[in-house]
Amino acid sequence: MASIELRNITKIFRDAKRKRDLLAIDDVSLSVEKNEFLCLLGSSGCGKSTLLNMIAGFEKPTEGSVTVGGKPVDGPGADRGMVFQQANLMPWLPVWENVAFHLRLKGWRKADRRDAAQEYIDMVGLRGFENHFPAELSGGMSQRVGIARALLLNPQVILMDEPFAALDAQTKMDMQEELVAIWQKQRCTVVFVTHSVDEALVLGTRVAVMTSRPGRIRELIALDLPRPRDTTGPRFNDHKRHILNLIREEGLQQRQAAVA
Amino acid sequence: MTALSKSWERAVVPLFILAAWEVFSRSGFLPAALLPAPSVVLHTWGDWIFGFDETSQGNTGRWLADALSSATRVAAGYGIAVVSGVLLGIAIGWWRWVERTVEPTLQMLRPVPPVSWIPLAIIWFGIANKPAIFLVFLGAFFPILMNTIHGVKTADRNLIRAASMMGATEQQLLRHVVFPAALPSIFAGLRIGIGAAWMLTVTAEMVAVKSGLGYVLWDSYYFLRYDLVLAAMASIGLLGYATDALIKVLMSAALHWQHGSTLQSREG
Repeated sequence: MASIELRNITKIFRDAKRKRDLLAIDDVSLSVEKNEFLCLLGSSGCGKSTLLNMIAGFEKPTEGSVTVGGKPVDGPGADRGMVFQQANLMPWLPVWENVAFHLRLKGWRKADRRDAAQEYIDMVGLRGFENHFPAELSGGMSQRVGIARALLLNPQVILMDEPFAALDAQTKMDMQEELVAIWQKQRCTVVFVTHSVDEALVLGTRVAVMTSRPGRIRELIALDLPRPRDTTGPRFNDHKRHILNLIREEGLQQRQAAVA
Repeated sequence: MTALSKSWERAVVPLFILAAWEVFSRSGFLPAALLPAPSVVLHTWGDWIFGFDETSQGNTGRWLADALSSATRVAAGYGIAVVSGVLLGIAIGWWRWVERTVEPTLQMLRPVPPVSWIPLAIIWFGIANKPAIFLVFLGAFFPILMNTIHGVKTADRNLIRAASMMGATEQQLLRHVVFPAALPSIFAGLRIGIGAAWMLTVTAEMVAVKSGLGYVLWDSYYFLRYDLVLAAMASIGLLGYATDALIKVLMSAALHWQHGSTLQSREG
């Protein structure tokens, strides 16, 4: 059974100020299998984040339906973990309280929350930083806390919205490696939004290349490259060339449409 | 060494002013009764507190009782203002319908100076604690309310999204995200509010109450006891300073997480 099912999704944003409707997503259907790592790849403004936000429940499709684990999505909830572009940690809580925030909402006692958080803090390599506050963490460390916080929900699905976009190249590579390791260990479904071709190819089991405005799925590419992925190997580069060509064509068509 | 020289730095200006004042008062340039020397004020103040030689006449040894009755009014009015200002501020900041229905009325009342309520306060509550508490409440309520609303409205939307993704209900969002996020702003309101509270206690005591530091101040003015007036002024200043310092201590304890991330935290 598919873990996430998007059926004929259309999203129209109503721009009340300019009295104009914007077709952001045009008839997208997509199913994500259990334990799959799907990368949604597209340039900015292509609607990839909007699509993710619909799975998260922050936005509703104008037409079509979204189901996660067979149940229709009708709002945000703890059955799906989300990692944002900015870590969005509660600045007044130390690392371990941020990781265990869900348990705080569930009314767990402090000692129990502390114990439960440790496993996930260790998993993302933050042992020793349990009592640090978010203001004392680097960007990469903050994102680790965000990932640990999502993992603690033990969700069927983890949604990631360009979580490494703001990190430097070295940190980004480390984080990608660790994310793959965690995903392999936890066996969960990941939907990962990115605008980086390399990132999609390093991480995904499948890549959905999106067209921009209105957002459609241009091509679904299954990646059977062995892990850890060799970013300089010929097969990696074949895929990369293919995707870059798709994106280039797309840009060309857009410019022509703009001229016409 | 540096700590000592720093506290010395702080004391230079006040000590200089006191010394100049003492010299000026003793020079006989003005009648001594009009500007009593600091030593005289200190003496009278001492008698007001400890009652050793009745220089403060009927007030001798009554300082603690006077200070306590003023402080009680501040505590009562301020306490009501804190609870109602924070709760109402959160409601106005969070729910649009509360904002639409309640806020316009409050905004119309806000520009009315609290002291202009004195006549009505006396008619409604008589001459006693109640009109003073009412005025203190009015003075402290609006700064606390406005700052709470501001704090709630400027709470990071992404934190609310993150929390609702972890299954937070609306009530939990308010308690675990919106309230802590608004806390720095709420504390700013609390500090403005405590200043207003002392100001209005003293004003109320001058007019509508027959006890407290403000009453002694005004009463001494009628009896031309400017040394007592000055002692009362100093007492009010000292208590105001102490309560503000208390709020600052609470603030740095509650907002310790800001440490190192804001300009303000440099002070501590």
